[in-house]
This record gives sequence, C-alpha cells and structure tokens, in this order.
Amino acid sequence: MTTLLYEPPGPRAVTRNKIFDVVVIAILASALAWIVYRLYDTGQFDARRWEQFQYTAIQTQLLGGLKNTLQAAAIASVLALVFGIVLAAARISDHAWVRVPATWVVEIFRALPMLILMFFFYFGSMQYNLGLSPMWAVVLGLTLYNGSVLAEIFRAGLVAVPRGQREAGYAIGLRKHQVVRIVLLPQAVRTMLPAIVSQLVIILKDTALGFIITYNELLYVGRQMGSRPEFGFPYLPTYIVIAIVYIGLCSMLTMLANRLERSSSTARALAPR
Amino acid sequence: MTSVLVDNWGLFRSGFLTTIKLFLIAGVLSLAFGVFLALCRVSPVPALRRFGGGYVNGVRSTPLTLVFAFFVFAAPKMGIELPSFFWCAVTALSLYTGAFVCEVVRAGMNTVPVGQAEAARSVGLSYAQVMGTVILPQAFTAIMPPLSSLAIALLKNTTIAAGFSVAEAGSIPAAMAERGENQMATLVWISVGFLILITPLALAQRWAERKVSVPT
Repeated sequence: MTTLLYEPPGPRAVTRNKIFDVVVIAILASALAWIVYRLYDTGQFDARRWEQFQYTAIQTQLLGGLKNTLQAAAIASVLALVFGIVLAAARISDHAWVRVPATWVVEIFRALPMLILMFFFYFGSMQYNLGLSPMWAVVLGLTLYNGSVLAEIFRAGLVAVPRGQREAGYAIGLRKHQVVRIVLLPQAVRTMLPAIVSQLVIILKDTALGFIITYNELLYVGRQMGSRPEFGFPYLPTYIVIAIVYIGLCSMLTMLANRLERSSSTARALAPR
Repeated sequence: MTSVLVDNWGLFRSGFLTTIKLFLIAGVLSLAFGVFLALCRVSPVPALRRFGGGYVNGVRSTPLTLVFAFFVFAAPKMGIELPSFFWCAVTALSLYTGAFVCEVVRAGMNTVPVGQAEAARSVGLSYAQVMGTVILPQAFTAIMPPLSSLAIALLKNTTIAAGFSVAEAGSIPAAMAERGENQMATLVWISVGFLILITPLALAQRWAERKVSVPT
C-alpha cells in the first residue's frame, strides 16, 4: 500500500529520499552509539557483570525461570482453551438462562485487569488458606481473561461461516450440536487458528505478571540475578538476555500465526465456492 | 463490605486518581508516538520504514512487565534516571502502547480508498499535505473502534505499575493487606472501580463501531 500514498519517485525525489535515508541512518546510528556509550561509560560491558552467566548455578536458575514461564503458559493455554470452548458453547446456546450468564462472564472478565484477577486468587488464597501457589494464581488469572477472549474468537468464527452451511445442515435433519460439530467447527477452525495462536502469544507474554505476585518465573529470576552485588548489580546484562529469550519465543509463535493465516487464506481462495 | 470502601475511601480515591492520571498522560503520549511510528512505516524513506517495523515487532513480542522492569531497575544503571516511578510507568506504557497504536493507524490508512490519495496528489498536494489533510482525517474514523479497544487495554495495563512502586489502583490490595483489611472485599471494590471506568470507553467503542459500519 505504501506505493499508493505517493507516486513512484522521480529523479529529484529519488535523490531527496536517498539524502533522507542517509540522515535517518545517521540519527539512528548516533542514537545507538549513544546507548552503547552509556552502557560502556557506566561499566555495563565489564566482564564481572557478564561472568555470572558462566556459573552453572545461575544458568540452572535462569533455565528454571524459563521452565516456570513455559509451564504457566502451557497450563494456562490448555485451561483457557477449555474454558473458552465451554463459554462459547454457552454463548451460542438457544436457552437464555445459559446464554445470558455466559455473556456476563465474558464481558466482566474481559473488562478486569489481568493483575486484579490474579490478585483474587493470590490474596484470596492467603485470606482463606486455600494453599494456592503463586503459579496457580497466575494460571487461573490468565485462564479467566484469555478464556473469555478465546470464547469471543470461537463465537465470531462460528458466526462467520456462511449461513447457507448451517441452513443446509438443518435441512438434512442434523441437530444443533451436530451442525456445530460436523459443519461449522471444521470450517471455522481454519479461520480462527491465527487469532488463537496470537492469543497464545499474549498468554506467554502475560505470564511475566507473575513477577508482581512472586511467582518464580523468568522475570522474577531476572530481578534476583540483577540484584546481586558481587556481580555489580547486573540488571542490564540480565534483562538484555531475558528480553532476547522473550522476543525469540514470541516471534516464533507469531511467525507460526502468520504462516497459518497465509495457508488458511490460500486454502479459502482455492476452495470451491 | 461497604465499610471496607468507606473506611479507606482516601486510599481508593487517591489510587484511582493516579490510575486515571497515568491513563490520560500515557494515552496522549502513546497516541502521538503511535502515529509517528505509523508515518515512519509508510514513509518513502527505507531507513524510517525499517526502524518502524523493527520497533513494532520487537516491542510487540516483549512483555510489558519487562519494559517496566527495564525502566525501573536497569535504566538507572546506565545513567538514565527518570524523575519518579510515576514517570517510569508513563514511559513504559507509552513506548509499549505506541507500537500497538502504530499497527491500528496503519490498518486505518489502508481503509481509505486509493482514489483519495490519488486525487489529493493530482491537485498537487505534497506528501505531508496528503497525509495531514486527506488520509489521516479519514483514517481516523475507521481507527476509532480498535483505538478504543487499545484505550481499554491501556487502562487495564496501568495496574502493572503497582508492581513498580506507583500508588495507583492496582497497589491498593497491598496497602490494604498492611492495614489488615478484608482482601476479597477490597478486590471486589477495585473491580467495580475498573468496571465504572471502562464502561464509558466500551460504550464509546460500540458507538464508534456503529458509526463506521453505516455507509456514508
């Protein structure tokens, strides 16, 4: 679309854009140089701030944090998918007494901050001695919010299947659950898959909220590593490493979502109408 | 139940006022930053396009909590000290939300018919004029619904500041725990507060959605 906003540049515009390009590169490079200089000037490249990564104990600690992050994300993903399917099924129900409460649940859980949802389990467990570990507070908070969002994705996906499909199903005498299961779902899953994977990326990212309620995940471990005086409070090296891990993990999932989106759109384009 | 709210009204009041302040300042800044990023991403200058794309992709894959932690714990170590925890929160929220605003604005520009940009160019407007007087004002209508979703997300994300020493609504539970108050009642009241704050935003979103869907 970029080419639609301006004509193909002529010789003068080409020169001008080249000059702008050089200027912008110079500005960005000097900004980068300034950051690197600040890092260097404050001794962030000193060997003592990085040598912590050579210790097995610290590597184990870091990997343990990563494991806890992935574990919470995995459990929450499964539970959120299940919760989302149940809610979506309730929301398309023909019975108002099922549909209306489900709608309220979805609306309320989507409106509350995820941290507050986690607090309910975290402080609630403390107040009533439920013995929920911080991990379960994280997982259940993630489940309630993302389950509600996923329910909306599922519902929208089912609604988006052309009406004729549903009507044809009813016309040959299928019952509602059969129409949903045999006719609508198989077609809807293809269109929903990219949105579902994007939501899984959000779950993975939001496990970092566990940091606030003392769940021993990647960011929490990073705080502990950064606060060690014997390595000169290596917050920056630690956070750089952690950021690379998060960006790597999320980018992989996002790439998967994009690939699914492409393949599902080509599949649709090829499918007979 | 009500006594929890009445007895600690001052705490709730100041907490939610800080939340609103954080939301408004970060909202304006991330809108401005997001539009700037979007302009970078569609500009004819390759370096700007790459900068915009790289920034958006990187930030969207980073947890907001990590951005907060960076500005609170790590940035001072390289000599970047922000005036207070509040401004750390504003910076983190704006830099993070800006990336999402950018994508929304870019998608909005795509909804403006090609003929509009062509007509604007054919009457001799410059790139800045095409953008400022023709594309962006029209894109704005299409942007409104997703932008209000982002506003809701931003409002909810302000609670993360509670983990980083900002006394906003999300930090009320910890303060109430120190006072030995009923935690569940506290959380219910905070939820009510957020539902009250979010309702006008959600209504604005529905209204904008209806407005966009009506062909003009």
